Amino acid sequence: MADQLVQSHQLDNGLTLLVEPMRAVQSAAFSLSVPAGVVYEEEGLNGSSAVLCDLMMRGAGDLDTRALSDRLDRLGLQRGESVGWNHMSLSGATLAENLIPALELYADIVQRPQLPEDEFAPVVAGVQQSLRATEDEPRQKVIIELRQRCYDAPWGRPTDGSLAHLASISLESVRALYERSMRPNGAILGIAGNVDFDDVCEAVVSAFEGWEAGPAVPIVRGERGLRHDHIPSDSNQTHIGLAYDAVPYRDEDYYAAWAAVSVLSGGSSSRLFTEVRERRGLCYSVYATLNSLLEEGRVLAYAGTTPERAQETLDVTVQEIRKLTEGIEEAELDRVKAGAKSALIMQQESTGSRASSMVRDWFHLRRTVPLEEVHRRIDSLTVNDVLRYVREHPALDLTLLTIGPEALEVPDVVS
Amino acid sequence: MSFHKHHLDNGLPIIAELSDEVFSSAVGFFVRTGSRDETPDVAGVSHFLEHMVFKGTSKYTADDVNRIFDEIGAKYNASTSEEVTLFYAAVLPEYLPRAFELLASLMQPTLRGEDFDMEKQVILEEILMYEDMPTFTAYEKVMGAHFTDHPLGNSILGSNESITDLTVEQMRAYHASRYQTANITLAVAGRASWEEVLRLAERHCGDWPQGIPERRTDEAEAEGQLVVFPREGSLQQHVMQMAAAPAATDDLRYAADLLSVIVGDDAGSRLYWELVDPGHAEAAEIGYNEYDGSGTWMSYLSCAPEETLTNLGRIQAVFERVNQEGVSKEEIEQARNKVLSRIVLRSERPMGRLGSLGSNWVYRNEYRSVTDDLAAYRAITPDDIKRLLERYPLGQTTTVAVGPLEALA
Repeated sequence: MADQLVQSHQLDNGLTLLVEPMRAVQSAAFSLSVPAGVVYEEEGLNGSSAVLCDLMMRGAGDLDTRALSDRLDRLGLQRGESVGWNHMSLSGATLAENLIPALELYADIVQRPQLPEDEFAPVVAGVQQSLRATEDEPRQKVIIELRQRCYDAPWGRPTDGSLAHLASISLESVRALYERSMRPNGAILGIAGNVDFDDVCEAVVSAFEGWEAGPAVPIVRGERGLRHDHIPSDSNQTHIGLAYDAVPYRDEDYYAAWAAVSVLSGGSSSRLFTEVRERRGLCYSVYATLNSLLEEGRVLAYAGTTPERAQETLDVTVQEIRKLTEGIEEAELDRVKAGAKSALIMQQESTGSRASSMVRDWFHLRRTVPLEEVHRRIDSLTVNDVLRYVREHPALDLTLLTIGPEALEVPDVVS
Repeated sequence: MSFHKHHLDNGLPIIAELSDEVFSSAVGFFVRTGSRDETPDVAGVSHFLEHMVFKGTSKYTADDVNRIFDEIGAKYNASTSEEVTLFYAAVLPEYLPRAFELLASLMQPTLRGEDFDMEKQVILEEILMYEDMPTFTAYEKVMGAHFTDHPLGNSILGSNESITDLTVEQMRAYHASRYQTANITLAVAGRASWEEVLRLAERHCGDWPQGIPERRTDEAEAEGQLVVFPREGSLQQHVMQMAAAPAATDDLRYAADLLSVIVGDDAGSRLYWELVDPGHAEAAEIGYNEYDGSGTWMSYLSCAPEETLTNLGRIQAVFERVNQEGVSKEEIEQARNKVLSRIVLRSERPMGRLGSLGSNWVYRNEYRSVTDDLAAYRAITPDDIKRLLERYPLGQTTTVAVGPLEALA
């Protein structure tokens, strides 16, 4: 692993700046996470974060929507905006010399967005259409619906919004959401690339120091959806979504949990791929992935298959998940470690991945984790560590959601 | 950064762009074969064969292949297009020899009957999966409708019927006729030594069968048609349209790529301001696709069904204006900055470089550095765009609609 130096600075208003200079690249990337995710939406207004996110990009400071977009394009910025559960994330990458001018524009976007009235209806129309497009894609929809059934509200909320709520969202409610949730305390700005820390720090302080801190927004925990559910559809395949509890990123057992999911669904020699696809030919797509919120985590799994073979696919998938507790081979864990090592090293070739990883570390742990430390922690895992973890966290309480012509039977829980 | 090239005695071309500034190595075999090289009785065989390659050789079983790639932490995969089947792996430099040996040996797979029967199930599931994705359906249908009576219109996946009927003997014959040295390019990008690349190639590719498979590459002459595929229960309308654009060997391709960004990038383009920003459509884009001997302008519209006709009219108006007036210097400048930074960002990873390294060789038999590509985009003027539009105006020759609508009129 190459030497890595991450420098940080916290502004008086609470914004945390993290910078990782990378000398071998020409680019620089940033990721700005603001605590304005869907969990801060008002009840019954799911989609207001998605609307706000789009609306913020439509004019800021003195620049109207067209002028702002042109300025960002002239800087060659490859940009992306996304709404998550805890954060709204604004990110971009371009040639390193264009980074600071781009950040200055983003300072306006978060502090002085115009949120123009005449753009509101078009933005809502865009959000509505993208929700309708998701309705047409059962493979995407099943995971969104699964989250609503395996996490308590509001952590299971769809990040793109709900069609049924759109009509209730007004410009005033979106402006109110902006006032309430777009704040620097709790915001994290990660920057990686061919940059100098002092230059970046000076520019960031000057552009963002005027951003006023606000009170933290309380979140009220609500209910989750049905644990076993089916959404009828005349789709060609039955789309199966499965979830069970896991530890979050900050837990000391996180790497053991991650290794367990990787044995299940890491590479192409992993168990789900081998048993469900290679040996039985049941699926083209089958996977499991570890999902982490701040204080809780889940394993989310998916398989898509012909309706006639869906029950068998579900049974085999669940059987493989539960069989983890019976034993794991040393060689399986070694392969997981090899995959992690190369992924960590290759991460150093991407400014975008480094910027977002630093932000994720800071959000969950309040520090950045050097790649070398991640490597060491994964490398020191033993089969017994992983086995102990899966035995302490067996996949007994499964959440199951299917989309397709017919519902499936939940496999018996062997306790 | 250094470029190297060589041909093995059996005719296999080897190209490499090597650098010590990166952490990984990427290796790829670009096989010049795809759905356009298939006859109707073997429709989908290129893609099915891409899957079967990973089932192994006489030395390696399918389990071995999966296990060994994972043991060395390889990021590997394969893809099949109308024209190229690509097999690639990105690894840490110390594992390059192992990855190379395995990937190279897979180019001459055993194609066992029992593996074939099992994988057929997976392919049939893949076809069904894509049928649940309206955008993919629209792509496949518009290619078929635009390239009628031209092999570029062949489906990559094939159909349920063609895959069900395909035999392992047919696949073996197809493999023998297409996986020959003059039809494969070996490309390496990233951290490696040229001597080692040569040594590995001699050892693992030296006995591959020689041959120069044929391909018909005459330019397609699309007559144009409108086809509607109603999809019950869906909410959004998806429309794809095509018109002729420069082929892969045409010098106008850089101008074509830049024009597609000006007119139809997903944000900040003319279509964006005309359709997406005002909320008329969820997506309105145009892309430029280059092929052997042909090219396409491919536009995509996703919107509420009742808005479809009006939106197609708006797209037509944008195209007509561009065709008549061209584009401004400022628009070129702005789009160029986007393209240049995209190129630089993609090129920072060996895996990102491998694609353009291999494609340049497969399509044009040339090496182009990142600097060469940047210079080509910098040189484009409004006059170049005008020349391009005279020969290949933006258009809506072929239209395919997938969604709730029963008809488009």
